[in-house]
Amino acid sequence: MDYETTVGLEVHAQLLTKSKMFCRCSADYADAAPNTHVCPVCLGMPGVLPVINQRAVEYVVMTALALNCTIPEYCKFDRKNYPYPDLMKGYQISQYDAPLGVRGRLDIEVEGQKKRIGITRVHLEEDVAKLTHRSIPGEGSYSLVDVNRAGVPLMEVVSEPDMHSPEEARQYLMKLRTILQFLGVSSGNMEEGSFRCDANISIRPFGSTDSGVKVEVKNMNSFRAVYHALEYEEQRQRRVIEERGRLVQETRGWVEEGGVTVSQRSKEYAHDYRYFPEPDLPPITCSRQWVEEIRSRLPELPDARQDRLMAQYGLSHYDASLLTTSKAMADYSEACVKLNAEVQVEKRAKAVSNWISGEFTRLLHATDIQISDSKVSPEHLVEMLDLIDEGTLSGAAAKTVFEEMFHSGKRAKEIIAEEGLTQISDAEEMKEIVARVVAANAQAVADFKKGKEAALTFLVGQVMRQTKGRANPTVVNKLLKEKLEESA
Amino acid sequence: MNLYDLTIHQAHQLLKNREISSIELTKAVLERSAQVEKKVRALVTITEELALSEAEKADKRISDGDFTPLTGIPALVKDNMCTKGIRTTCSSKMLENFIPPYDATVVEKLREAGMVLMGKTNMDEFAMGSSTENSALFITHNPWGLDRVPGGSSGGSAVAVATGEALYALGSDTGGSIRQPAGFCSVVGFKPTYGRVSRYGLVAFASSLDQIGPLTKDVTDSALVMNVIASYDARDSTSVNYPVPDYTKSLVPDLHGLRLGIPREYFVEGMEKGVEEVMRTAIAKLKELGATVEEVSLPHTKYALAAYYIIAPSEAMANLARYDGVKYGFSFQETESMWDALEKTRQFGFGPEVKRRIILGTYALSAGYYDAYYLKAQKVRTLIRREFEDAFERFDAVVTPTSPTVPFKIGEKVDDPLQMYLSDVCTLPINIAGIPGLSIPAGFADGLPVGMQVIGKPFSEETLLRIGFAYEQATGWGERKPPL
Repeated sequence: MDYETTVGLEVHAQLLTKSKMFCRCSADYADAAPNTHVCPVCLGMPGVLPVINQRAVEYVVMTALALNCTIPEYCKFDRKNYPYPDLMKGYQISQYDAPLGVRGRLDIEVEGQKKRIGITRVHLEEDVAKLTHRSIPGEGSYSLVDVNRAGVPLMEVVSEPDMHSPEEARQYLMKLRTILQFLGVSSGNMEEGSFRCDANISIRPFGSTDSGVKVEVKNMNSFRAVYHALEYEEQRQRRVIEERGRLVQETRGWVEEGGVTVSQRSKEYAHDYRYFPEPDLPPITCSRQWVEEIRSRLPELPDARQDRLMAQYGLSHYDASLLTTSKAMADYSEACVKLNAEVQVEKRAKAVSNWISGEFTRLLHATDIQISDSKVSPEHLVEMLDLIDEGTLSGAAAKTVFEEMFHSGKRAKEIIAEEGLTQISDAEEMKEIVARVVAANAQAVADFKKGKEAALTFLVGQVMRQTKGRANPTVVNKLLKEKLEESA
Repeated sequence: MNLYDLTIHQAHQLLKNREISSIELTKAVLERSAQVEKKVRALVTITEELALSEAEKADKRISDGDFTPLTGIPALVKDNMCTKGIRTTCSSKMLENFIPPYDATVVEKLREAGMVLMGKTNMDEFAMGSSTENSALFITHNPWGLDRVPGGSSGGSAVAVATGEALYALGSDTGGSIRQPAGFCSVVGFKPTYGRVSRYGLVAFASSLDQIGPLTKDVTDSALVMNVIASYDARDSTSVNYPVPDYTKSLVPDLHGLRLGIPREYFVEGMEKGVEEVMRTAIAKLKELGATVEEVSLPHTKYALAAYYIIAPSEAMANLARYDGVKYGFSFQETESMWDALEKTRQFGFGPEVKRRIILGTYALSAGYYDAYYLKAQKVRTLIRREFEDAFERFDAVVTPTSPTVPFKIGEKVDDPLQMYLSDVCTLPINIAGIPGLSIPAGFADGLPVGMQVIGKPFSEETLLRIGFAYEQATGWGERKPPL
């Protein structure tokens, strides 16, 4: 039987405000020693009161507007009550039935198809402390509490159950993160936990009107993990149904090492959060004028930028969408294109795009560096592209040069001079190398003569290798053909 | 006259004229404490050393000419307001050894004004109660009858002011906790408009109802303390940015032109005959002073108690959730699991009334009950507020007894929570409506104090003080001292 998968996502994103949600402590605790970004308010001492961080409210409204939400005039905070040592007050200040944004949408693209995902709500709350569990063999276990994270503004974005595959879920998440980054409201770093995702997933036979049994999946710390966890859940649920088992509504945790989800608690033990309006905070009134003012200040968003990159620089849909997966990347590429006004814009844009989405991204991933932190500045990259254009540097050697630029921060000219990587344009020198390669590869020469075109590619590769990529491949091709025909 | 019997304004005159020093005054008050404390037990903590050093500083300020009407005046603070470096117990085992790292805004303001802090006063645990019998530390006795309760929850503050253990004290009022003990001890107790005084640093009981106010020997002193503590505070989002007048300007001994309403629903069944008689006499006096008096009906009053006992415990349930034994306060650790430690900490750390209210609040907010209880109570709250708004279209103030009874016997109501709750039946509608209420000594019934409550619309503190002042000047009930 064929099944249809239904996925809804809940995303929590820490906001990039200077201070915490309800006190003056710095919200940037990344490298801080435990319990150093704390005060009576975020420690939940007796007698303290919260004060709303206005900037955090603005960030959430910006996000809600970017997601085409309606901003209700009346919004409020509520207390969500549950006991846990990571919750300093024994309740979390959150928003229950009057969030800052409702009924929005987000468009994604999967396999060339546009898809619209509904946004149920966007709301604001506070993050909780971080617990570290330790155990000493023979002595038992204990937990450490770091309150630095407690009270950091946290935005929750809840989608409608509009996604129908793990890939759609992944695309939704990446798009949402990109939007948050373009808005500058969140770093969107999943590995560091500033961008977290819980998923609700159910399956049902195609055409069925029964909604299936919803399972909540937690503990997914990367986009890959989300994809794999949902893929696993799809298969697990299908197996349970096909083996005539009973699916239970429950919360399951993704275990990265095992590649499986494990039951955490069933719905019978679900909390009753006893929400009620936060009496320490007056309701928030979002005046139409204020909302429109924020709307007018929204920066260019990924979809609009993608369209502009295509129109302004003649980039393909594919290239433009790659470059707009992050704001930093889009900014970087535009900076490059603008640096040399003498080059034809479309040609340069294409070259920049190729480098950024190819070699550059590969190195960034391998070294876990952000493009904005890279040693290769747009000026450096453009300088290298200019050298290629004027024939000083071959495309193949450029890869080596770029890698060196990336690691050392040196400029292309320096590297070329140090390593003698200037493109060989001396015909005599080239002919000599070609002759040497032909002589040393009798088998390939014979194959070519029998009509095997692949043999020529091999021989070109050999020449490139001998010259450390300094040869111009077009010239090599021409010289090789001449040489082979001559010896025929 | 004994120095400890002085009012703030009397003492201020003497200090200003250098007829006495703050050190002398402070020592007299400390001696008075030592003398009466074994009989009444109003104080949880006495900060003798601090008081003397603050008195010394105050004397320096006075000789430098840099002083306020409160400089050098000995005061006490209810033990649910945070005092930096001085333990703040809320009269609970849970916080018996809790030393706050910060000052409540009111404490900060009074310190700036030159307060000499004598210590912290006993109360019902976490301000939950009407007799101070719910203190987990010890019981406080009414100086007008040592076998009687002083009222609560600010019982310690009321007793201390009545006996001269301080010239004034701060209390907090969630359903009558300043006014009812003030009435029971024959002192002046003022609960300002919700939002008039910052709650920052007041250990929360029911956040939407709690308000800090002064307990003083007379109305003038009440105005003087209000001049310092009333303010907008950016740290309390529920405090209101509304101009603070000089409250002493409103102290006029004349009530001509004022229209007073007497709500018939406040002369309830179960009201003691003696209290009713005192009130009839008091109302006649108000007329004599020039006020027009008319009966008014506030029919929703009868729902106030029920609504209060939904809203207050609901908020308390959340406010008290932070006491888990992890960060501060009592912690039960002789256990294997975290959940067990949490349960035992709360089982042994909280007293029975606190637990009763946590359970009430938990129940009222539970899934499936929210609409029937919490939401309904909020609707009642709106009705009560509107009813008062309507009344204040016609009246400048409304006058009621502070409590339906005189101070009752210790132990009389501890086993009957409903009877105990009824002690606040006249005061808690005022918290529900968020409006100000002043309790002033109105006379005595069989030798026991009776308080009169004057209620006004939001930010009508000046009107209430004027009525209180005129009545006080005409009767002088507050000048009687308890027979200790």
